[in-house]
Amino acid sequence: MDKALIRKFFLSVLGTALMVFAGISFYKSRHLKEPVVLGPGVTQVKKLSSYFSKLEGSINDANVYVLEGSEPGGTILILGGSHPEEPAGRLMGWIFVENAIVEKGTVIVILSANRSGTTVTRLGGAYPPDYSIPTEWGEQTFRMGDRWSNPLDQWPDPEVYIHYPSGQELAYVDVRNLNRTWPGRANGTLTEKTCFAMTQLIKDEGVDIVFDLHEAELQYPVISTIVAHQKGQDLAAMASMMISGTEDFSMGVENSPETLRGLSHREIGDHTDAVSLLLEAPEPMLDATRGRTDRALLLEGKDEFIVKAGKHGLLFERIDENGWHIDVRVGRHCSTILQILELWSEEQPEKGVLMTQVPRYAEVIANGIGYYLRNPATASASKLTFE
Amino acid sequence: MIITLLYYVLTAFIALLIIWNLVKSKKWQDEILYIIILIPFLLRLLRLK
Repeated sequence: MDKALIRKFFLSVLGTALMVFAGISFYKSRHLKEPVVLGPGVTQVKKLSSYFSKLEGSINDANVYVLEGSEPGGTILILGGSHPEEPAGRLMGWIFVENAIVEKGTVIVILSANRSGTTVTRLGGAYPPDYSIPTEWGEQTFRMGDRWSNPLDQWPDPEVYIHYPSGQELAYVDVRNLNRTWPGRANGTLTEKTCFAMTQLIKDEGVDIVFDLHEAELQYPVISTIVAHQKGQDLAAMASMMISGTEDFSMGVENSPETLRGLSHREIGDHTDAVSLLLEAPEPMLDATRGRTDRALLLEGKDEFIVKAGKHGLLFERIDENGWHIDVRVGRHCSTILQILELWSEEQPEKGVLMTQVPRYAEVIANGIGYYLRNPATASASKLTFE
Repeated sequence: MIITLLYYVLTAFIALLIIWNLVKSKKWQDEILYIIILIPFLLRLLRLK
């Protein structure tokens, strides 16, 4: 037989083996089921498509967890996973759904605001496909996710992304960025339809405050802060002062710029009656100067190269050899939301939202996130959902 | 939706061109190159990545 033919055959077998190896990893990552044990406070689990039927059956037809209190009050919406590669928001949402008991008002939680984005990691980024949180009963594994919707669900990207309805030109890739497609479009892309559905939810449920949970690289100036629409500036400023005075961390306030379109803190406030607030915690894994991009960096937030960047004055947030552990980042989100709700409920008692069993910053750090995750193996089928 | 389908057709066409080049190639270095660049096209066609 021709030598060249034999060589081509063996090289093709090698290439196929490589593709199968990678393909299995990608398939497992995309189809990994994340269990959610419904806590005692959950009164309903809806689908996002119940607010916009065109989303039904799509990958972004997310679960909508509703926790209703016995006393009437306000309604808040917590969005985790707008950018799934920023896991603190999703994990904080898990703590709320599995633990919170609402006494007054209604708390609505979406753990996977962009579920498509949770099923892929950054192309060429060598990100880990998943990560695990240790608990008393073992460990729970979550999909790593990306900043953008999966190209398998929305492809191709345009040359330039033109935001609807402002007409502002944005980077092409942001056509798949859930935090650039608010308020959404009914006949748009999957990402736009997802935002449209959530905008409908906010209107239909009469949501008073929307919390969009994020994390940011330390080289980005909008970090460790609340980004507030002008309707929520006083509330955010007061919360910032209270947190910085009473908790073991500082929280800043940024005004939502009116000229930057498509972001939740701008468009939700402009197009609905809700106050829109976006929370940012520090996530070293997102920094361009990071070293090895692995699960340890994601969860522990330790990186010697970023520490060095800090010594050169290149960062907008401090970092030392202790890094930014995921417990710290989740704890900051927990305390910030609880503090804002305390202030909101004092100012507007008729629209107050009060809840218990949600840990504050110090408790999350003391116990770890895993302490608040429930064991799906011992949960009854009626109390178990999957993300 | 139509544009997406056209992109899949385009991907399949380019994958076939790469395979054709692989078959016609005389140098082993080129063959390895063709196989490596073929993988992402096939992964997209199989809807894995």
